[in-house]
Amino acid sequence: MPGKETAEGAAALVLKRMFVRLGILPFLLLAALVIFTLMSENFLTSRNLTNVLRQSVYLAIVSIGQMLALLTGGFDLSVGTILALASVAGAMTMAAVYGAMPEAIWLSIAIGCLAGVAAGTMIGVVNGVGVAFFNVSPFMMSLGMASVGFGVALYLTGGVPVYGMPIQFGDAFGFGNLLGLPAPVLVAAVLVLGLYVFLYRTPYGRHFYAVGGNRKAASLSGINTRGTLFLTYVLCAFFAAVAGMLLTARLDTGEANIGASMPLESIAACVIAGVSLRGGVGRLENVVLGALFIGLVQNGMNLARIESYLQTVVLGALLILAVVADQIRLKYVATLKA
Amino acid sequence: MRALDSVDFDLRAGEVHLLFGENGAGKSTLISILAGAMQPTSGTLWFRGRQISLLSVHDARELGISAVFQDFSLVPQMTVEENLFLGEEPRRGAFLDRLRSRGYAREILDELGFRIDPAARVDQLTRAEQQMVEIAKAFRSDLSVLILDEPTASLTNHETDQLFNLIDELTARGIGIVYITHRMAEIQQIGSRITVLRDGRHVDTVNAQSASEEDLVQLMTGREVGEIFPARIPQTKGETVLKIEDLTTRDESVKGVSAEMRAGEIVGLAGLVGSGKSELMQAAFGAKAIAAGRVHLFGRESTGHGPKRNIRDGFLYLPSDRRTEGLMMMRSARENVALAALDAEPFSSGPILTLGGERRAVGDLADQVNLQPRQIERTADQFSGGNQQKVMLARSLTREFRLIAFDEPTVGVDVGTRAAIYEFIVNLARHGVAIVLISSDLPEILHLSNRAYVFYRGKVQAELLGAALSEEAILANLFEREGV
Repeated sequence: MPGKETAEGAAALVLKRMFVRLGILPFLLLAALVIFTLMSENFLTSRNLTNVLRQSVYLAIVSIGQMLALLTGGFDLSVGTILALASVAGAMTMAAVYGAMPEAIWLSIAIGCLAGVAAGTMIGVVNGVGVAFFNVSPFMMSLGMASVGFGVALYLTGGVPVYGMPIQFGDAFGFGNLLGLPAPVLVAAVLVLGLYVFLYRTPYGRHFYAVGGNRKAASLSGINTRGTLFLTYVLCAFFAAVAGMLLTARLDTGEANIGASMPLESIAACVIAGVSLRGGVGRLENVVLGALFIGLVQNGMNLARIESYLQTVVLGALLILAVVADQIRLKYVATLKA
Repeated sequence: MRALDSVDFDLRAGEVHLLFGENGAGKSTLISILAGAMQPTSGTLWFRGRQISLLSVHDARELGISAVFQDFSLVPQMTVEENLFLGEEPRRGAFLDRLRSRGYAREILDELGFRIDPAARVDQLTRAEQQMVEIAKAFRSDLSVLILDEPTASLTNHETDQLFNLIDELTARGIGIVYITHRMAEIQQIGSRITVLRDGRHVDTVNAQSASEEDLVQLMTGREVGEIFPARIPQTKGETVLKIEDLTTRDESVKGVSAEMRAGEIVGLAGLVGSGKSELMQAAFGAKAIAAGRVHLFGRESTGHGPKRNIRDGFLYLPSDRRTEGLMMMRSARENVALAALDAEPFSSGPILTLGGERRAVGDLADQVNLQPRQIERTADQFSGGNQQKVMLARSLTREFRLIAFDEPTVGVDVGTRAAIYEFIVNLARHGVAIVLISSDLPEILHLSNRAYVFYRGKVQAELLGAALSEEAILANLFEREGV
């Protein structure tokens, strides 16, 4: 910078540099904390913040899967359906096994969870085959599968919630605590940790970034690009399905119409966290923060008694704001370099 | 830092004024200002004795100043004529006048002597033809200044000649041309005057006919560069590492080619774009489907092996287009260098990455190729073209490759880096690596290779070695042989 620097100018420059380095998320988080603390005195309490954590867990798990799809330059619009199908299939299986063998509680829970996760993951397998081996665009593939999965879930249940699971399922995985943490939070922590190690400590993790960064270069460097793409959608579906089972435990019923807002919210969480829609860029820890941020905003708006219809408006606006901010950031990157 | 610092530049009617300088010297910034795509912070522009300000590309167009940049501004899915009149479509009332637009397009293309069908889709044209469309686009209004940014980078010699003929015609009509190039040979051929830029400053403006190559290199780099090409390595009788027998690709870009590469030898593959020279090595590497024929790598059959297997066996192919095929532009230099060796020491042990080992290894390689700036965490798109190329070259040192195919290793690279790249390649060969040098640049093939295959339309037209490896011999085989 030429010439005299006023203190104001220096502060603005520091802010600009921070924005370029960290992206929009820290600023949004700070703004949300200040605004909601002012709007409601119940907001900034440890009890409420634990609540936020518990509520955002499902979105966080879905978002880390969505991040994989975005990293490879695609996205997954079927995560909501996967959640629903996992919930319905898992609940029906669990209820059936429990009904047949009322004394085998934990066995029925295990079989039910397995069935639910498997059913949800199957959607991802189909997505993966379509995208990786038949070159269907991720948009069409996951949009189509969203319809297929939703139809199957409704068909299985006739549109009625599934009851008859052992109460221990909800007690343990919906409301229970393990090692001093809510069970869903613990499950999410394990998944995030596992994915972190996979993404940043193994060559396979690097492959996701490479395929999204430049598929041709990845292929010429000996990376199995089709395999990586396939795995992307399978993993994404797996995470969504686990979230579906956890939500089922929380609700104590299997429902075909949960998760409808998941595609938008998970993509928003990723984009706010700086994941590029063009692929190849994004950090896992930021995505978790992004999901927490969305949870925080929803919780804050509830406490401030903002109508739920208006909440969707805010969420959509935030998503667009994040994308605009990303564009501005790119422009700043260029000016700061010069 | 300023991209341009108090630079004076003038263009006369009917001259070809060359801009010369290393990457990052400020050439692109200067022409962007002339074309109205960027605005200067200080200084004035004069056009035909009148002071002007160019706030947009549109302003410049109004005055007849048009630029043809390296990155084409064509819509690939549209036809040639739709592209020619994009934004200024001939109309009748509110509707498009297709008949008139076809007529205009023909007129412009005929006038320029381009044999291109106005109804053809741009993505179905060759790169050279796309270049022609781009130039034709500049002609839809009255032209007074034409700016060409490395127009021959993707053209073959024949197409280059065509372009030069066109430039002659234009200058005869009094049109001034600003021309950026990295190729020494073009300077004497078409240039009137040369302006040399270095680090954003004007170094000198000299007469093109009287300036020698050495003078220019010295002006440009600010240092004495004796020879761009290193001494040729002696012809060796190393063992055969790659043997290709009667290979035909599924898309028939290579038809029944046999070839052999030996350890410690540099084999040049010459030919026009699309002649099959790149495609042969892509097929051998497993990046292109093979329809017939056999490939033997290090004495064992490897037909149909994919890149992964070939890389593990010690064979690497480095593509020509670093942006679309070589690098992940938004990832760090470190990740780009390590990409082909993530499954090997010191980058990983077993299924776990060794992040420290990776950093050290890439840091060492950055020193070896003299990466500037030496920041391995910088993203690839923040390096200059020459340094991006170095990032890709460093990939060939990440594991013990015994056969490396370099596809156009010096496209869009400045002279200083070019010399470094040649040194790098020759060094590898000295250490017993078999090198395949695929290039459209004849001097490159002539000065570096021990042996060369000349390709024409998917076939090997000639194998030249020793004294037979001359410019005349290559040129004679580059085009269709007549009357043989």
